[in-house]
Amino acid sequence: MIKKGVASIVFFLWACSWQISAHTVVVCKTCPVDSVKKGIAIAQASDTVLIQKGTYPEYDIYIDKPLTLKGENYPVIDGQEKGEIIKITSDHVTVDGLFIINVGVSYTTDHAAIRVIKSEQFTIQNNVLERLFFGIYLEKSSHGKVYHNKIIGEAKDEYNSGNGIQLWYSHYVEVSHNHVQGTRDGIYLEFSDHITIQRNTSTKNLRYGLHFMFSDNDVYTQNTFEENGAGVAVMFSRNIKMYDNTFKKNWGPSAYGMLLKEINDAEIVNNTFEENTIAINIEGSNRIRYKDNDFIKNGWAIRVIGACYTNTFSGNNFMNNSFDVSYNGKLNDNQFKSNYWDNYTGYDLDRNGIGDVPYRPVKLFSYIANKTPETIILLRSLFMDIIDFSEKVSPIFTPDNLMDAEPLMKKRQ
Amino acid sequence: MGKVLKYSFYDLIRSRWSYIYLLFYLALGFVLLFLNSDLSKAVITLMNIIIVLVPLIATIFGTMYFYNSKEFTELLLAQPIKRSDIFLGQYFGVAGSLSLSLVLGLGIPFMAYGLLRSGAVFNFSLLLGIGVFLTLIFTALAFNIAISNENKIKGFGYAVLLWLFMAVIYDGIFLLSLILFEEYPLDTFSIIATALNPIDLSRTLILLKLDISALMGYTGAIFKKFFGTHWGFWISIFVLILWAGLPILRLRYKSIRKDF
Repeated sequence: MIKKGVASIVFFLWACSWQISAHTVVVCKTCPVDSVKKGIAIAQASDTVLIQKGTYPEYDIYIDKPLTLKGENYPVIDGQEKGEIIKITSDHVTVDGLFIINVGVSYTTDHAAIRVIKSEQFTIQNNVLERLFFGIYLEKSSHGKVYHNKIIGEAKDEYNSGNGIQLWYSHYVEVSHNHVQGTRDGIYLEFSDHITIQRNTSTKNLRYGLHFMFSDNDVYTQNTFEENGAGVAVMFSRNIKMYDNTFKKNWGPSAYGMLLKEINDAEIVNNTFEENTIAINIEGSNRIRYKDNDFIKNGWAIRVIGACYTNTFSGNNFMNNSFDVSYNGKLNDNQFKSNYWDNYTGYDLDRNGIGDVPYRPVKLFSYIANKTPETIILLRSLFMDIIDFSEKVSPIFTPDNLMDAEPLMKKRQ
Repeated sequence: MGKVLKYSFYDLIRSRWSYIYLLFYLALGFVLLFLNSDLSKAVITLMNIIIVLVPLIATIFGTMYFYNSKEFTELLLAQPIKRSDIFLGQYFGVAGSLSLSLVLGLGIPFMAYGLLRSGAVFNFSLLLGIGVFLTLIFTALAFNIAISNENKIKGFGYAVLLWLFMAVIYDGIFLLSLILFEEYPLDTFSIIATALNPIDLSRTLILLKLDISALMGYTGAIFKKFFGTHWGFWISIFVLILWAGLPILRLRYKSIRKDF
């Protein structure tokens, strides 16, 4: 009888405690629930699964109900290179504070550390991803947030490495404050519209820091792209806004700060391009506004390959670039106006801050080097300086309508 | 040879021109570093100056010295001294004092601005090494011109023309041939054409070491593949030695046979 009473009290207490912690399932190595998978299986919809410090050798973790997966002191989830680690197939899922390592590399499937499939209102934040193939992969998932994650890959070759953050057919996602390094593409967008990319750092990626493909109406601001194969590649996209970003040290035989190909109606404002081989490489891009950017110490500041119409360049600072503008073909209706060129040697008699003689940014050498690339080995030779000078005095070869009619005398602050 | 060399050398380092030359480099070095204390950037600017000015000064100074010390040379010829010793001694005296001015004039400012603590030591020593090579080469060429031309004006004319050819005209012809034959593969041609001109060779060597090769795209990659390796580097040094050695040999040959 007494035994029964004690048992019922214990049961009652247990039931109470269960009632109190109803919304949190604690996972730790010594708890009854000692794996993430068990934790998720026990948890009800909109519960929190709290994972405490420890190493959990698990992969193929499915989250198919609205849950918050929260790590305490960065528990390690080790995928042992066996495949995908976390797969989310439900709306309202949060993954927070996990340390995920060892995603399996595969040549047939894109294994990711965290994959979100056809879900909305997800939040993926404060995670650290290392030794990965793909990092965070959003697949047809919209209205979510990827915030403050640190993704550190060790990509060596393009063919067997994945992207840090990949968005595929995902819309209205905010990607901010992330750090991506050593992957193939730092952040990759394909068929993804209305994405906001803010204050991320993308460095040392094999291919691009940020890559747009067929993605429209996206905004990226205040990001830093450093030492990537190319800082940002924007291809086949429309209405992209690029504000206040920094492109630095993307230096190498085929490195670019920004690579534009077949993009229309974009705005490139207030960015800084420093020490890139080619700061902006433009091909087949129309109606783009380049305003108030700084081009400092680049090999080429702007290289226009062709088929570009109605682009305007204004208020930019060009300083210490080997070549300011390289142009292939006709000027078309592109316009250079009111930029500051450090090579400008004209005068300003009426003191209105605008030079009285136009500036021609295309040097003869850059024109020749465009036609016959081998001639670039005469870079910095006395002969080239002389013919550049004579061409400057009386332009014969360089397109004579390619000029800035109102060059600024002082650089824009 | 030692005596003549010593005499020429001391004579030269006491002369006004050596001091002016030295002061010029000192001023250049200090001004450059004052304006831009980034050593590796200063090295690039310096390169532009070195590859143009060093050959010019070496050619002019070499011919001038040879003509001016003609009477003294004739006096020496009357003494029981080997002819090759006289001329080679004079040559090394001139080249040595010019190189010394260059190395001291640029070395002191860069040392003062902390060269040894920066990563530019190697690039800087390469630059100075190339400057010394250019001095040796162009002084030797100048002596050759002077010994073959009794007429001072003609000699000077040839010397200036030589500099002009190497520094400017050669590149012009090079450029034209690159443009004319752009249909053909030009990699080997441009490597050979570069190696044949000591000024171009020096410029390319320094540019590749300074990693401007990335600017040169595909061509730069090919050049880097050749000149950037140890093998290519030693070949370039060998070509530079050849450029200095052949004129010296010719100078010796001529000096023995010349009728004064």
